[in-house]
Amino acid sequence: MSEMAPIKPLVEVRDLTMHFDIHAGILRRKVGAVKAVDGLSFDIMEGETLGLVGESGCGKSTTGRAILRLYDPTAGSVRIGGVDVASLGSADLRRARPQMQMIFQDPQASLNPRMTVGSIIAEPLREHSDMDRAARDVRVRELMDAVGLNRAFASRYPHEFSGGQRQRIGIARALALNPRFIVCDEPIAALDVSIQAQVVNLLEDLQRDLGLTYLFISHDLSMVRHLANRVAVMYLGKIVELAPRDALYSDPRHPYTEALLSAVPVADPVVEATRQQIILQGDVPSPANPPKGCNFCTRCPKVMPVCHEVSPVFVEHMPGRFAACHLIDEEKDASVLRENKNDNVQQGETQ
Amino acid sequence: MRDTIAPLLDVAQLKTVFHTRSGAVHAVNSVSFSVAPGELVGVVGESGSGKSVTMMSLMNLLPRSAEIVGGEVLFEGRDVRAMNRAELLRLRGRDVGFVFQDPMTSLNPVFTVGRQITERLRKHMNMSKAEAKMRAAELLSLVGISDAARRLQDYPHQFSGGMRQRVVIAIALACDPKLLIADEPTTALDVTIQAQIIALVRDLRQKLDMGIVWITHDLGVVAGIADRVIVMYAGQIVEQGPVRELFARPQHPYTRALLETLPSVTGARSERLRTIEGQPPSLGGAPDRCPFAPRCAHTFGRCLTENPQRIEVGGGHDVACWWDPQTGEMRHV
Ligand SMILES: Nc1ncnc2c1ncn2[C@@H]1O[C@H](COP(=O)(O)OP(=O)(O)OP(=O)(O)O)[C@@H](O)[C@H]1O
Ligand SMILES: Nc1ncnc2c1ncn2[C@@H]1O[C@H](COP(=O)(O)OP(=O)(O)OP(=O)(O)O)[C@@H](O)[C@H]1O
Ligand code: SF4
Ligand code: SF4
Ligand SMILES: [Mg+2]
Ligand SMILES: [Mg+2]
Repeated sequence: MSEMAPIKPLVEVRDLTMHFDIHAGILRRKVGAVKAVDGLSFDIMEGETLGLVGESGCGKSTTGRAILRLYDPTAGSVRIGGVDVASLGSADLRRARPQMQMIFQDPQASLNPRMTVGSIIAEPLREHSDMDRAARDVRVRELMDAVGLNRAFASRYPHEFSGGQRQRIGIARALALNPRFIVCDEPIAALDVSIQAQVVNLLEDLQRDLGLTYLFISHDLSMVRHLANRVAVMYLGKIVELAPRDALYSDPRHPYTEALLSAVPVADPVVEATRQQIILQGDVPSPANPPKGCNFCTRCPKVMPVCHEVSPVFVEHMPGRFAACHLIDEEKDASVLRENKNDNVQQGETQ
Repeated sequence: MRDTIAPLLDVAQLKTVFHTRSGAVHAVNSVSFSVAPGELVGVVGESGSGKSVTMMSLMNLLPRSAEIVGGEVLFEGRDVRAMNRAELLRLRGRDVGFVFQDPMTSLNPVFTVGRQITERLRKHMNMSKAEAKMRAAELLSLVGISDAARRLQDYPHQFSGGMRQRVVIAIALACDPKLLIADEPTTALDVTIQAQIIALVRDLRQKLDMGIVWITHDLGVVAGIADRVIVMYAGQIVEQGPVRELFARPQHPYTRALLETLPSVTGARSERLRTIEGQPPSLGGAPDRCPFAPRCAHTFGRCLTENPQRIEVGGGHDVACWWDPQTGEMRHV
């Protein structure tokens, strides 16, 4: 992957909010809302891979689905290639679909059990392209090779596959129409490391050759480090940190990012026996009832009194680096103070 | 291990075949292993190598097209394959906790999560409705789900992927099982919650002397929790040994390749990940040669005519391969 910073945003997300209503009682009256995604703003540059990591249940899949309009967002806007996806009518949305695809986290749920694998992969080609049968077959075989599925399996049904094999069927289908933008929701979690590597290499090749843009949702922080240009870290419905890959891994600024990185297991039993990790204590808050102040305040090892009162703002604290934490505000204030002091000293000297 | 403590689970020469329209699929091929009480056995291997089918064969949870064509499964010395339906149901409901790879296999989409946990508690632990409800909420918080009492009323689709996985873990642990079989139990979890689940399982293992089979692709997890590791390829166990020994001296070319393909969060970042060249096996033909031969860099003539048996290489570590990495020559057996 090239280190050159891609510059033009392909996907622009502003204040994206997705709340699920909570109903209760016999009348199923609305009694509250799960704030699954709560005001996200970020860009994904053309040709870039943005990694999206964070705690289970923090809203990553919901974000991916809302961006692709698989959910109608509660609020906010999403522009892909300049087009406001959130306001597209159904015909326009259908036309835009081939451009944006999703690899689903749960392969079982996304594959039709009554179709053979060959026809599942060919389905988007039938619907959105004018390839004839022969051309489709060639393309299906190409795709199966690409994701490491034995070609002889094309006439089998999804239930005849292992978990990882099923995941690859979903990947092959998502790639069928050469989309521009793919939301990859845990695309490799179910795969063994060698096939993970194969799929990741494939995603990289496609990106290099066709300029694809990815939102890569994953719990695998080593793979994200390998693949992503920038990484966004989510916690309880909000992005808490977003930074270029190397900066994030070598110098995490948000206490949650720090805890996350410290918890990555190492494939060495000797190292594992003594590895130090930040264990998060305290109540895991619910997105239906987030705490007052900072969302992370119930578990943050560096919590301060202000954190229980005021929600920190997501700011660009350094060029290209964003975070939402009062520690960073303090640091900034401190450095502003320092700068001011320096100014005074300089002024003093010149006078 | 096998000689000192009577095994909780003892599997010998297990063979499972799927009958499909395109012929037989030899998914599990003469698999033998055991688990002692309190022992954690990690199972790794290629995707499609038969890890899940092996575990489902143990408790007879296979689809209709599958047939167990040979082998023995003993749980606390009792022959599981000879058990009647009632005995099996009791074994599966109470003594053995099962976490399926796909959480939706064990969750019913039309019932609330609470009902699915309490049902089992009432049936197997003789709890009252109120007791079961309290215990269910407690179990959900143990696996890190907040607002547990309210979430009991939710349906599976209202949970995130990782939360569903944790619900299934909670159900599997509900009745204090003697054996936990966990198939990729933490793949959908972030590392902090994964660490929490691992701590929970470690704790229960100590308290209940629970034996555990943990299938995972994450070699980091295996390195951290397993006592012993089993490596599978093409329906067979190709290598098995104590965790430190196996990571320090991997013997099988497949295991060695696996360990070489890993990226990490520290150190140099590789430009391109290593993969294992060649097509994965189709499991169609009868295994009369080494299944890894088409992708192996060391193949000898013998590899193509004879499927290697597992040979002990010392310290409880065994491998099914003709090649000896110490000498680079063929093993003399
Ligand atoms: N119902 C079925 N009919 C035919 N073949 C099947 C069936 N179920 C599984 N298989 C085959 O059996 C083999 C073993 O599958 P299994 O699910 O045990 O793999 P696994 O090691 O668990 O893989 P993964 O890591 O991807 O979950 C696979 O090659 C799969 O294609
Ligand atoms: N259809 C729904 N109805 C109600 N709540 C929902 C629904 N879908 C998701 N949620 C809730 O929204 C929150 C975010 O879920 P989401 O699936 O986006 O999480 P995630 O970050 O993808 O988690 P994971 O890593 O476990 O997949 C969770 O609390 C979940 O319970
Ligand atoms: S704002 Fe406070 S509680 Fe939140 S992450 Fe920063 S230090 Fe921790
Ligand atoms: S038995 Fe032969 S082909 Fe098989 S892994 Fe060993 S050296 Fe390679
Ligand atoms: Mg998800
Ligand atoms: Mg499996």
